[in-house]
Amino acid sequence: MTDQTALFEYLLRLGDNTLVLGHRVSEWCGHAPVLEEDIALANTALDLIGQTQMWLGLAGEVEGAGRSADDLAMLRDVWDFRNLLLVEQPNGDFGQTLMRQCLFDVFHVELLTELTRASDGNIAAIAAKALKEVTYHLDRSSETVIGLGDGTEESHRRMQAALDLLWPYVGEMFTPDAVDDAMHAARIAPDLTALRSRFDIRINDILTEATLTKPDSNFAQSGGKTGFRHTEHLGHMLTQMQWLQRAYPGATW
Amino acid sequence: MTPDVSTIWGWLDQVPDPEIPVISVVDLGIVRDVTWEGDTLEVAVTPTYSGCPATSVISMDIETALHDRGVTNVRIKTQIAPPWTTDWLSDKGRAKLADYGIAPPSPAGGPDACPRCGGAHLTRISQFGSTPCKAHWRCDDCLEPFDYFKCI
Repeated sequence: MTDQTALFEYLLRLGDNTLVLGHRVSEWCGHAPVLEEDIALANTALDLIGQTQMWLGLAGEVEGAGRSADDLAMLRDVWDFRNLLLVEQPNGDFGQTLMRQCLFDVFHVELLTELTRASDGNIAAIAAKALKEVTYHLDRSSETVIGLGDGTEESHRRMQAALDLLWPYVGEMFTPDAVDDAMHAARIAPDLTALRSRFDIRINDILTEATLTKPDSNFAQSGGKTGFRHTEHLGHMLTQMQWLQRAYPGATW
Repeated sequence: MTPDVSTIWGWLDQVPDPEIPVISVVDLGIVRDVTWEGDTLEVAVTPTYSGCPATSVISMDIETALHDRGVTNVRIKTQIAPPWTTDWLSDKGRAKLADYGIAPPSPAGGPDACPRCGGAHLTRISQFGSTPCKAHWRCDDCLEPFDYFKCI
């Protein structure tokens, strides 16, 4: 794998994470339990889609094949997506959505903090921009996980179930492969083992305050960021997200 | 004859923000640079939030305003570094926000006073509001809700 190929793959991972999670979160628009949460979810989705435009725009430039951020988002099929399995998981109930958000936000904040020091100036600039927005996402998702976890019997039960369901998708974020190694060697991406220990400290604090119990097993599902095997959910999501381009190829406005 | 850049900054200070029209795009601190490159005027604009839908409207409004003043060749350059911060809001802009009923950003992380009654007993309703740049607060003195332009 050339450095350029690894860089393209890495940028797809960053952009596909924000694209897929942004789309998932936007599915709540008009359906959230209260108006303030509906607005917060829509704002979060909007930030993530905005960050996607920057990541996938840069990916298209690096690839040099003339593909725009829109082309990459709307004209690829499941096997070409490089997002983590965590972010493609369905919304479930409100608690499950916020647990997914919190697990991703902790990772996202730690990752972007490191990427602001990347040897690649474009990546450092996008990371610095995105980090400001994502800090607000983490504030809200962690507060909500704590509030619901340490809430009523019913909300606690739902948050524990969400944590049990989603925990097997955490490990993939920190399991390095050839792309991660190449980016770490190029002083772009951080060492994922060190990132994991910072993630663990933060998430342990949140879960303890939320009176939730972290599952014993660190078994990790994998196959999202490599594109080897996504869960069945991504394909269903893309049929919605890419509907317009599939029905009317090349449509613009 | 090409107008000098200080004249152009003055014109841009009359282009309103599309979401909060009482302040200009210059007050907002998103116009980072204005330079002549030959006979083309280059305006560097930085987005507030990366997904803010107003960004493309702002670029269009700037182009239209400059075309109306007779500047035909305008190039809008998007500049993301250093990232936009609410520290770049002008003092004039902050005062206008408060007059308009939006509490200006404060380093304390929350509004200093209710923009309606000046009350100091305030409760945060949500960190997210009607646009990406605002949070939703309530004054416990006059009991009115209000927007807070949040720090970033």
